[in-house]
Amino acid sequence: MKTICLYFEIHQIIHLKRYRCFDIGRDHYYYDDYENDRSITEIAERSYIPALTTLIQMAKDNKGAFKIAVSLSGVGLEQLEIHAPRVVELLHELNETGCVEFLAEPYSHGLSSLANEECFREEVQRMVQKIKQVFGQTSQVFRNSSLIYDNEIGGIVADMGFKGMLTEGAKHVLGWKSPHYVYHCAYNPDLKLLLRDFKLSDDISLRFSNSEWSEYPLLADKYINWIDSTPKEEQVINIFMELSALGMAQPLSSNILEFLKALPACAKEKGITFSTPTEIVTKLKSVDQVDVPYPMSWVDEERDTSCWLGNLMQREAFHKLYSVADRVRICTDRRIKQDWDYLQASNNFRFMTTKETGVGLNRGIYDSPYDAFTNYMNIVGDFISRVNSLYPVDMDNEELSSLLTTIKNQGEELVELNNEVARLREELKKSEAAAPKKTSTRKTAAKKTTKKAEN
Amino acid sequence: MKVLMFGWEFPPKIYGGLAVASYGITKGLSVQGDVETTFCLPKPCGQEEGFLNIVGMNQVPIVWRDVDYDYLKSRLTTMTPEQYYAYRDHIYADFSYMHVNDLGCMEFAGGYPKNLHDEINNFSIIAGVIARSQEFDIIHAHDWLTYPAGVHAKMVSGKPLCIHVHATDFDRSRGKVNPTVYAMEKDGMDHADCIMCVSELTRQTVIREYHQDPRKCFAMHNAVYPLSQDLQDIPRVEHPKEKIVTFLGRITMQKGPEYFVEAAALVLKRTRNIRFVMAGSGDMLNAMIELAAARGIADRFHFPGFQRGRQVYEAYKNSDVFVMPSVSEPFGIAPLEAMQCGTPSIISKQSGCGEILKKVIKTDYWDINAMADAIYSICTNQALFQYLQEEGKKEVDGITWEKVGLRIRALYEDVIKNYGK
Repeated sequence: MKTICLYFEIHQIIHLKRYRCFDIGRDHYYYDDYENDRSITEIAERSYIPALTTLIQMAKDNKGAFKIAVSLSGVGLEQLEIHAPRVVELLHELNETGCVEFLAEPYSHGLSSLANEECFREEVQRMVQKIKQVFGQTSQVFRNSSLIYDNEIGGIVADMGFKGMLTEGAKHVLGWKSPHYVYHCAYNPDLKLLLRDFKLSDDISLRFSNSEWSEYPLLADKYINWIDSTPKEEQVINIFMELSALGMAQPLSSNILEFLKALPACAKEKGITFSTPTEIVTKLKSVDQVDVPYPMSWVDEERDTSCWLGNLMQREAFHKLYSVADRVRICTDRRIKQDWDYLQASNNFRFMTTKETGVGLNRGIYDSPYDAFTNYMNIVGDFISRVNSLYPVDMDNEELSSLLTTIKNQGEELVELNNEVARLREELKKSEAAAPKKTSTRKTAAKKTTKKAEN
Repeated sequence: MKVLMFGWEFPPKIYGGLAVASYGITKGLSVQGDVETTFCLPKPCGQEEGFLNIVGMNQVPIVWRDVDYDYLKSRLTTMTPEQYYAYRDHIYADFSYMHVNDLGCMEFAGGYPKNLHDEINNFSIIAGVIARSQEFDIIHAHDWLTYPAGVHAKMVSGKPLCIHVHATDFDRSRGKVNPTVYAMEKDGMDHADCIMCVSELTRQTVIREYHQDPRKCFAMHNAVYPLSQDLQDIPRVEHPKEKIVTFLGRITMQKGPEYFVEAAALVLKRTRNIRFVMAGSGDMLNAMIELAAARGIADRFHFPGFQRGRQVYEAYKNSDVFVMPSVSEPFGIAPLEAMQCGTPSIISKQSGCGEILKKVIKTDYWDINAMADAIYSICTNQALFQYLQEEGKKEVDGITWEKVGLRIRALYEDVIKNYGK
C-alpha cells in the first residue's frame, strides 16, 4: 500500500537593517523591524493563514485519514509570535486535530551542522524544547535547515536519539535508486531517511500555476494517478515543500488550495494513505543505506551547499561568524545569544551568492552580493567585538570554560550554604522562642560552624 | 569594405579616452582582414601604427599650389606626393581667402586649443576634399568635433553616415549645455543614419535630450586592450598595514571628485589606516585640496598630480581600491584598466561601463555612505578584495575590441543595406 508523506516548512528570517561601517561599536541593534513586520504580515495573509485554514479543514473532514508534518524554525516561530500571532493560533488548532507531527530542526535555520557540532546539538535541543513547550509534542524525526545532509550530520542526529530524518532525494546521490523507499544513514543504521521526491514536490511548489508547463493544468486525480502508476514496491512518496509555496510561489488564484483539498478523496479511491514521518520510520524497514560523503540540500539544480558557501565572500562570512561559536555557547548574555540565532540564518549567506541560476533571487534590501557581504560583515564585525569583550580574547576556550564551570559551581555552593544558614536561623528562632536555654546554646554553636564553611 | 573615419585623437598622442577608443575600434575592425579604414586626423605625429591609412588633415591642400615633387617629398610626413596631387585635383571651391601655407594646406594646433571652433570648421572644409577624392562605403565620425566633417562628407558623397557618441555635452556639464556644442551635436545626430553610443546610458541621453529616433541609436560598449608585457610586469604593491584608495581622472565636475573626498572623510572617522590618493589635474583640483583640509583629513589625503603613461598603471597597481564616482560617465574605461591591474573597483551607478561589468561594486555617486562602506569593506575584508580581484580580472579579460569590431561591422552592413530605403 502506498502512502504519501506531506511535509511543510515554516521559516522566515529576521531581516537585517542597513548597517554602515560607522555604526560598528555604536549601534548593537541589527534588525529592520519595519521590513520584518511587513514581510511576515504579507506572507501570513497571503499564504500561511489560508493554507493552514485549509489544512485544518482537511484534517477535520477526513477524520484521521489526512496527516501532515510541519517544522518550524525557532526564529520563524519568534517572528510569528510577534508579528502574526494568528498563524500560531492556527497551528495550535491544527495540532488539536491530532493529524500533524511537528519535526525538529535547528533553532536558527542556520548552517551550524556544517560548522560546529556542539553548537548544532545545542540549537536542535533548544528547538525540541520549544516545540514541546508550545505544542506539547516530542519530536522524533529531524529535518535540517534546507534539508542539508551528509553522513556525518546523519551520525550526529542519530546520536541525539532521533529515529528518522528528512532529506533531499538528489539525483547525484541516489543515481538509479528511487526515493520512494525508506533508506538509512551510512554511519548509523538506526537513523532512517526519508528522501524528497523532487519531481512530484516541485510539480506543486514550482510549476503548479505555470501555464506553459506541458502538464498544465494539474488536477488532483492526475496527480494521484502519477503516484499510483509508480511500481508497486515503491511505498513512500515524500512530498516536501515550504508552506509559503501555497500562496506565495503559487498564487491562491491558481486554485492550489482546491487542488490540495481534493487530494485525500482521490487518494482514497486508489487506496493511497497519508502518513506522518514517525509512522513511516516505525512501520517500514530500510532497504539500503545512502552514502553521502559531501553535503547535499534541496536548493538549486546542484542540490548542494554552493548557494550559501559557493564563493569566497560567503565562506569568509561563514568562517568569521562561526569563529566565535564556542564563545557564544559558553556565554550567558541573552542579547548575544539572540543575535547569534538571527545572524546564523542561512538566508544571510544566500544573499551573497554570485551564482547564475536563471531564477530571480530576491536579495531584500541589497542590490548586489557585494552589498550583502559588506552589510553582513559590518554587523558580524560588531557582533564579534561584543562577544570578545565578554571574556579575554587570549584565553583559550577550554580554560575559560573550566573557569566558568568553577565559578558556576561555587555560586551554586554559595546559594546552598546560604539556604542552610537561613534554615538554621529559622530553627534557632523557633527553638529560642519555645525551648529552655539549654538547647539554644547548642544551636548557636552549629550556626558558627556553618558560617566558617561559608567563608 | 572601405570606411572613411574622422577622429580627433589617435595614439601615441593621447589627450583623453577618445584616442584609446578610436584605436580600439579601428584595430578591432582591422583584424577582420577585409575592412579598410582611412582615418582622418587633424595633426598626426607620424608615429601612428600602420594597420590603417592615416590622413593628416594638415597636409591635404584646399588651395591650388604648384609644388615641386621633391620639395613635397621633403615636406609631407603621412602621405606620398602622388596622394597630395590626387587631393589637389579635388579642390572644390576657392579658399584662397583662408590662411594657408605654401602647400595650400591649413595648419592645426592639434588637441584642444583656444580656437577649437575654427579648427573644427577647417576640419570639415578639408573633409570635403577627402570625400571627393576617396572611394568608400560608409562614413564614421567620432565625437562632436568631427560631426560637421562627417555631415559634409555625407552631403558630398551620398554615402551613409555613422556617428560615434563617446560623450555628450550633457555629461560634461551636468545638464547645463553649451548651446554651440549642443547645436553641433544635434546637427550631426540629425544627419546620421546610425548613432553608436558607448553605453545604454548615453543612448538614453541621445534619445531624450537630442530627440533622436531610438531605432537608429545603438549601444556599442567600449572594451580594453590586454596590457602589454611591460605593463603586466609592474609588480603589485601589497599594503599589509595601510591600504591605498585611489581616484584617477580629470578632477572636474563630471567625475564627482567631491564625493570621493566626502566618502574618504567618513571612512577616516572609522579607521585611520587607509590613505586616499586623488591623481589627476583639472579645474576643481584646488577646491578639492581645500575641501580635504576643511574635513581635517589632509594628512591622509594625497594629490600626486597628473599621471602619464606608465605612471597610470603604477598607480593602479599600487592601489587596493579604485573609485570612480562620476556624476555622469558615458562609458569610463578607467575601472576596466584598474581591474586589469588586479585592483577592485567601485563605480557610480551613473557610469556606462557598469552595464557590462558585474564584478564591481556600484553605488549612487551621491551616496557617500554606501561608497564609504564599500571602501571600508574591501579594505578590511580580504575575502572581498580577493574575490573582486580574481573575478574582476577574469571578467575584464573577456571584454575585447575584437568583439566590438565584429558588432560594428555588422551594424555597418545593416546601415548600408537599409540606406535610402
